[in-house]
Amino acid sequence: MSASKLTKKLGSLIMTALLLGPAMAFADYSTLNMTESVSKIGQDMYDLHMLVFWICTVAGILVFGVIFWSIIFHRKSKGAKPAPFHENTTVEVIWTSIPLIILVAIAVPSTKTLLEYEDTTNSDLTIKATGWQWKWEYDYIDDKVGDSKGIHFFSSLSKDANEARQLGANKELPEHYLLDVDKRIVVPVGKKVRILTTAADVIHAWWVPELAIKRDAIPGFINESWFKAEKEGVYRGQCAELCGKDHGFMPIVVEVKSVEDYKQWASAEKGAAAQAAAAAAAASGKTYTMAELMAKGKEVYDANCLACHQAEGQGGGPFPALKASPVATTGPVSTHIDIITKGKGIMPPFGAQLSALDVAAVTTYERNAWGNNTGDVVQPSQVK
Amino acid sequence: MHEERKQANIKTTRKTLLIAVAMFGFGYALIPLYSVICDVFGLNGRFIDLQQTDKAEYIANVEKQVDTNRTIRVEFLTTLNKSLNWEFKAMQNTVDVHPGKVTEVMFYAKNLTGRKVIAQAVPSVSPGTANKYFSKMECFCFDQQTFEAGEARNMPLRFYVDPNLPKRIKTISLGYTFFDTDRKVASIK
Amino acid sequence: MSDHAPTGIKRWLFTTNHKDIGTLYLWFSFIMLLTGGAMAMVIRAELLYPGVQVVDPNFFNMMTTMHGLIMVFGAIMPAMVGLANWLIPMMIGAPDMALPRMNNWSFWILPGAAILLVAPMFIGGDFLAGQGPAFGWTFYEPLSGQYGNLAFFVFAVHLLGFSSIMGSINIIATILNMRAPGMTLMKMPMFVWTWLITAFLLIAVMPVLAGVVTMMLTDKYFGTSFFDAAGGGDPVMFQHIFWFFGHPEVYIMILPAFGVVSQIIPTFSRKKLFGYASMVYATAAIAFLSFIVWAHHMFTVGMPVAGELYFMYATVMIAVPTAVKVFNWTATMWKGALTFEIPMLWSIAFVFLFTIGGFTGLMLGLAPVDFQYHDTYFVVAHFHYVLVTGALFGIIAAFYYWVPKWTGNMYPPLLSKIHFWVSLVSVNVLFFPQHFVGLAGMPRRIPDYAVQFADWNYWSSIGGFVFGLSQILFLYIIIKTIKGGEKATDQVWESAEGLEWTVASPAPYHTFATPPEVK
Repeated sequence: MSASKLTKKLGSLIMTALLLGPAMAFADYSTLNMTESVSKIGQDMYDLHMLVFWICTVAGILVFGVIFWSIIFHRKSKGAKPAPFHENTTVEVIWTSIPLIILVAIAVPSTKTLLEYEDTTNSDLTIKATGWQWKWEYDYIDDKVGDSKGIHFFSSLSKDANEARQLGANKELPEHYLLDVDKRIVVPVGKKVRILTTAADVIHAWWVPELAIKRDAIPGFINESWFKAEKEGVYRGQCAELCGKDHGFMPIVVEVKSVEDYKQWASAEKGAAAQAAAAAAAASGKTYTMAELMAKGKEVYDANCLACHQAEGQGGGPFPALKASPVATTGPVSTHIDIITKGKGIMPPFGAQLSALDVAAVTTYERNAWGNNTGDVVQPSQVK
Repeated sequence: MHEERKQANIKTTRKTLLIAVAMFGFGYALIPLYSVICDVFGLNGRFIDLQQTDKAEYIANVEKQVDTNRTIRVEFLTTLNKSLNWEFKAMQNTVDVHPGKVTEVMFYAKNLTGRKVIAQAVPSVSPGTANKYFSKMECFCFDQQTFEAGEARNMPLRFYVDPNLPKRIKTISLGYTFFDTDRKVASIK
Repeated sequence: MSDHAPTGIKRWLFTTNHKDIGTLYLWFSFIMLLTGGAMAMVIRAELLYPGVQVVDPNFFNMMTTMHGLIMVFGAIMPAMVGLANWLIPMMIGAPDMALPRMNNWSFWILPGAAILLVAPMFIGGDFLAGQGPAFGWTFYEPLSGQYGNLAFFVFAVHLLGFSSIMGSINIIATILNMRAPGMTLMKMPMFVWTWLITAFLLIAVMPVLAGVVTMMLTDKYFGTSFFDAAGGGDPVMFQHIFWFFGHPEVYIMILPAFGVVSQIIPTFSRKKLFGYASMVYATAAIAFLSFIVWAHHMFTVGMPVAGELYFMYATVMIAVPTAVKVFNWTATMWKGALTFEIPMLWSIAFVFLFTIGGFTGLMLGLAPVDFQYHDTYFVVAHFHYVLVTGALFGIIAAFYYWVPKWTGNMYPPLLSKIHFWVSLVSVNVLFFPQHFVGLAGMPRRIPDYAVQFADWNYWSSIGGFVFGLSQILFLYIIIKTIKGGEKATDQVWESAEGLEWTVASPAPYHTFATPPEVK
């Protein structure tokens, strides 16, 4: 029973916190209000938020003021005598109507902003964002600005953040901790970008506060939403719908570039993709040494498998250990590869995300690391 | 007095219990009700486009109305549910069509596993309002698709966009997600 | 009129006495409050600093899930039913609940349901392995469908539903049929009115919840496809049915608390409740509106714009009857002769803090801004203001108000004052900063966060620890009051009105065997 371990941990943490105070005072206390947006519609939302905020503040001051007045001046200890009234139709009608009028006044700008937000027509660029447990997959579907059609990649939590976030890692937190990815999506400034969201497993939500866009990604269905960034820059967001264990660790980073830079990025990206495909084709025939595969395998493992199966392959909770597990030791290599490419239970399939070399390397790694020393060397040609 | 109360209590219990049972049924009734609402309002392209459009009806009503002054961009999106280890893509990402004109596009799928797989494609149209105006005459999503181990093939989609499509819509996105129909694979053990 | 009660464990197992059952409910809910609270402490400890220090993310998700489920179904709802059991018969001059034996069953189902709910956490004997539900208290499909021990959860919810439905039927029957002669509906105390309306909400929506978990069960184990897109279902459908239950559920938790403060504020203002009739109508209006606004929890799922507009308009309408209630409480205090006994302190805090929760509720109801608020800590702050400083504060106020009648003893004055002030300050340190981090972009249900949210999370955690500890003081106060203390008079409070104050303190085991005459 390890509940006592938890109690101990909690106790020491709370003690330290009380003694040291906010020892890690990273930020100032300026994060008080809604993120201001770099899109016009986002700014409309912000203004609406402030409008309602001020209405509530005024209403609050009035009501709380009356209560405080009563508390201070209508005390029995000050000799107050209770008044006999307990209803007044006129007053009641008035204070039912006032909120109603205020609501109508708020409803007008809300309706306007909502209609604008839901108008996805006349877009310049269409990107599909597919949620996976726990990363995003992007496809550039249609492009009237440059030539990005067909660009496709996965985007997951950056490597340094992924290492720092392991339980008990005790590493210094990198810059943009949890808000940085290994590969950003790039869009042009001042253009209407339509984001189509869907998911491959459970519901996720694609959210970038500064672009004022949040839309659920639902398996089997596509949803659409849009933004138009008026300013170049890097904008960061996160998945906003609980999607399982690593829900907090699948950030979104959008880089807004000038139209020229965007076009350049798109053609460079396509060139790189073609090269990678050629390299992968070449790799599938090549024979690698154990050392090469182990080095590559560790890299692949750390990026894709470590979050669940842990650094020493010991697993934890619903995630099985790989260390000394039959699958990664005595079982046939083909079953092992199958599980990696097709997934099993809550484990997603990695077939679409990893190249044959990656799969071969990580299989080799898992069969030989942490004392699993099977001596098996798996070549890319063994991976279909 | 006492007996009267007892009778009243039994009566109230019966009535309230009836409400509870009816509400349990209502929970289930929400499902067909939701479909009806989806049909009427075209909720995100769900449900209704699993129906095949009748060819005779097309010839009778739509064929003459082809609107060559208008061009609609249709985008195709393909997604594989994580239960399925396949390759799946549209042969073209986008196609430009005139409303009313029948267009055929091809999708390609390959079973990467070493076993026979039966899969179902689930279509979804965005924006949702376009759903009512997107008519399929032939689609691989009408039936479950059986792929032998390693089998690859092209699958056609024949469709037209209804000329009554609201004027402001210039782009329609059609997404397909393939799911494995074998629950033992799809569900989690 | 016999006044002897059976003794020992059998008394509690087989009791059909409304006061005994009320006590059982209240103790059960307090134990659940401490359990759910302990989980909240784990959550706040993990969020104290950025980085993952205490528990792994899966365990964290299990904590947020179980915390929500336990607080909603184990702490708040049973506490309200406990108050109803103790008070409704005494308030309407009835000898007991209408269906005493069913009353016993509806309570004793609860511990079984609670065990089923928490049992999966201990599978394999390793608590830290996180084998319990970890899909959020809203258990959205398809995430919840991935969960291996779903059947436990489903049956636990079924049992909770049975218990609530039986309890509600009993309350409705009691209120409709058991009132003393002369006690017309429009003479009933507000607490009775709010519970009557709540009970109708419960029998209307608990079956829907039972239905939706049954669909989940058959989807997972029996091949149906209600929520599975592959078989023609729709995961968004799940959310519609869930929130059809879920939104009225929120009012189920808050309406009885409205009733409680509507009893307490007039007593200590020495005035009648202002606008009794409009209070009744406002409660009914809130209950009605709660059925037609559910999809405001789902503005980001991609509804047609007409749907979004409708749900936005209907949602903000709730502000009207809610505002009427707040105005009525304010007018009750206006020109009264106020004193500030402990129950009054909690009630005034309720009015202030619940109103803050109401304001943020209005903000969340506006669809275009909700796109920014949705699923952030702003929402977490909102519903904790409504449910902790609203529903829970109402329950605590009720405890201090009626405990002299229940036990015959006054609460310890100084300790109770400390309990109130420490809770009041810490609960605001706990939840107010969550508005800030939510607006600044921190999603809810994450075990770790970007460093710009660090400072406010630190303060939120400190507030949480203090608020948690001050409820241990509450436990001490409860026990101390039961064991002894200054003897309470029968009237207890100078200007309290209502039949419950006409009986002796402590209330005898059987009251109103002969119905009183109400003029």
